[in-house]
Amino acid sequence: MNTAVLKQLFAFIQKEFYHVFRDRKTLLMLFGVPIAQVLLFGFVLSNEIKGSRIVVCDYAKDYGSQEIIRKIEASKYFKVQKAALTHDQIEAELRSGNIKMAVIFPDHFYNDLSHLNKAQIQIIADASDPNTATTLTSYLTSIINDYQAEALAQTNVSQTIVPQVKMLYNPELLGAPNFVPGVMALVLMLICAMMTSIAIVKEKEMGTMEILLVSPLKPYLVILAKTIPYLLVSLLNLAAILLMSVYLLDLAIKGSVLLLFLESTLFIISCLALGLWISVGAESQMAAMMTSQMSLMLPTMMLTGFMFPIENMPIWMQGISYIVPSRYYYTIVKAIMLQGLGFSAIWRETLVLAFITFVLIVVNIRKFKIRLA
Amino acid sequence: MSAITLDNITKTYNKGTVLAVDKATFEVAEGETFGLIGPDGAGKTSIFRVLTTLLLAESGNATVAGFDVVKEYAKIRDCIGYMPGRFSLYQDLTVEENLNFFATIFNTSIKENYDLIKDIYVQIEPFKDRRAGKLSGGMKQKLALCCALIHKPRVLFLDEPTTGVDAVSRVEFWDMLKRLKHQGISILVSTPYMDEAALCDKIALIEGGKILSIASPADTVKKYPGKLFAVKSANMHKLLQDLRSYEGTYSCFTFGDAMHLSFKQDADADVSKLTAYLTAKGQTNLEIAEITAGIEDYFIRITEKLNG
Repeated sequence: MNTAVLKQLFAFIQKEFYHVFRDRKTLLMLFGVPIAQVLLFGFVLSNEIKGSRIVVCDYAKDYGSQEIIRKIEASKYFKVQKAALTHDQIEAELRSGNIKMAVIFPDHFYNDLSHLNKAQIQIIADASDPNTATTLTSYLTSIINDYQAEALAQTNVSQTIVPQVKMLYNPELLGAPNFVPGVMALVLMLICAMMTSIAIVKEKEMGTMEILLVSPLKPYLVILAKTIPYLLVSLLNLAAILLMSVYLLDLAIKGSVLLLFLESTLFIISCLALGLWISVGAESQMAAMMTSQMSLMLPTMMLTGFMFPIENMPIWMQGISYIVPSRYYYTIVKAIMLQGLGFSAIWRETLVLAFITFVLIVVNIRKFKIRLA
Repeated sequence: MSAITLDNITKTYNKGTVLAVDKATFEVAEGETFGLIGPDGAGKTSIFRVLTTLLLAESGNATVAGFDVVKEYAKIRDCIGYMPGRFSLYQDLTVEENLNFFATIFNTSIKENYDLIKDIYVQIEPFKDRRAGKLSGGMKQKLALCCALIHKPRVLFLDEPTTGVDAVSRVEFWDMLKRLKHQGISILVSTPYMDEAALCDKIALIEGGKILSIASPADTVKKYPGKLFAVKSANMHKLLQDLRSYEGTYSCFTFGDAMHLSFKQDADADVSKLTAYLTAKGQTNLEIAEITAGIEDYFIRITEKLNG
């Protein structure tokens, strides 16, 4: 690139920033929406359950059961009600919705545990809401596991309490960890794809595209100038989301921040390319927005796995999910942020994402219209 | 070398169902101001878009500044200035920002070609910090012209530059075009206003995608066949009906505050006979005078023939 081209590019990028900062709606879209989404998903829509009413039936009434019940009571997730109910009574309570779960300690609980090194706890949960049931069960199991770990530390004798469910990476099933990577994918998709496509379609609508075409500007320069501002804004947004998740949602980034930013840049580029692709077909800003929402936002929400598990979907939908870039990005972010894994764990996803991006860019360059029709 | 040549250019839309330009052929000489005159929908904008390399014609050849509009479109884009019919600048950028932007993308600067736009720019300079969207119609046109001129184009394309602009600004605008002509810039300008046609070196009348006449404005009006009369009376509405039912009338239409009347043959152009006819119809305060036809008269005459 010679200096003349750089000058053109710089002037164009400067112009794009004028557009962004002079339109309140655009500003709101770029900075308001991401913040609102993180807060919304992080706090309000979290799937963590606080203060669920459960009943504890302690038939053992021994040291072990008391200890565990105390732990359950101390947890902010449960509101414990102690009663010696029969199975029928428990069922009635569950059915009426008075309680979400019942925990039953059998006779000789501690006795079994200390002599046979093995004891049972029965957990009955209201599975009409499977998500809540699973979550509550997990909370409880982790409390029991806690107790066992402490007991092990004290006595050096391994004692087993069944059931035992292992919860990886997110022992408390917090809402934020699952949502933040999803929101990141969603927000970046929204800003990059939608705003880029709107920005280009706007030029068509306003008639300025005509003048840009009838100028010495090279097509790739127009594309670059249209995408760079949104790339920068997106990285800024990414930083904001990460800061919010660390300081507001208490979610630490376990892996490399640099790697996270690099992978995000790759994803952002793929989103920008998608936005360009949409802008080629759309004739009005409205159409561009609708297309972005239908073809990008929805798949990102539905098919990345952050709202609904992909494994539970019909096969054909799972198939579609393989071409959604956010699916890979979601996996990558989870790996880096929550699991603290390095590049070696995500190179496959990165490769697929890079491939999709490459294909999109090639398609765009070939499809860019050098004329009006 | 000609600034622009068109050879049998045909342009259709909607897969050939709508014929916008029908075998248009004309030539614009270097340094000439060439007017494309015709009503809305005549095909003027289509011709502009073919020449500015924005659209591809179905058939025919065209060159701008010696370059082929299809094969050498990139070279054309380097050396032309284009002002589309619709105001096409950035409304949220100020006057100065718009001008700076277009100067830069054309690899030049305001300073470099300031003398070219000076006359126009001094008029909008007091508003240079105002957003383009907040300018008046006339100011917008001046800014658009500045932006189209900033890189000293060899050929300037102005598509209906004065549509929607007040009368005073229109006169000013054409004064500016006259000055540009002295700078040696070839100009293709379109307008639906016949009075502006007289300000061009050469005009092409266009209707329904067909070029009907190409000549200088003076020669164009000379082509008017027969005599033309302006008729006025106390009751203008009835006068139109009376004149149209007169046996010798070829055509009659309202033109400003008078009726323009043409006859089937010069022999019919008998003022005393017409006066007698109109008086018998009860017309008073009659004024009948022979006039020289204007471009609009000629345009109406030939399009009437076209429309049967």
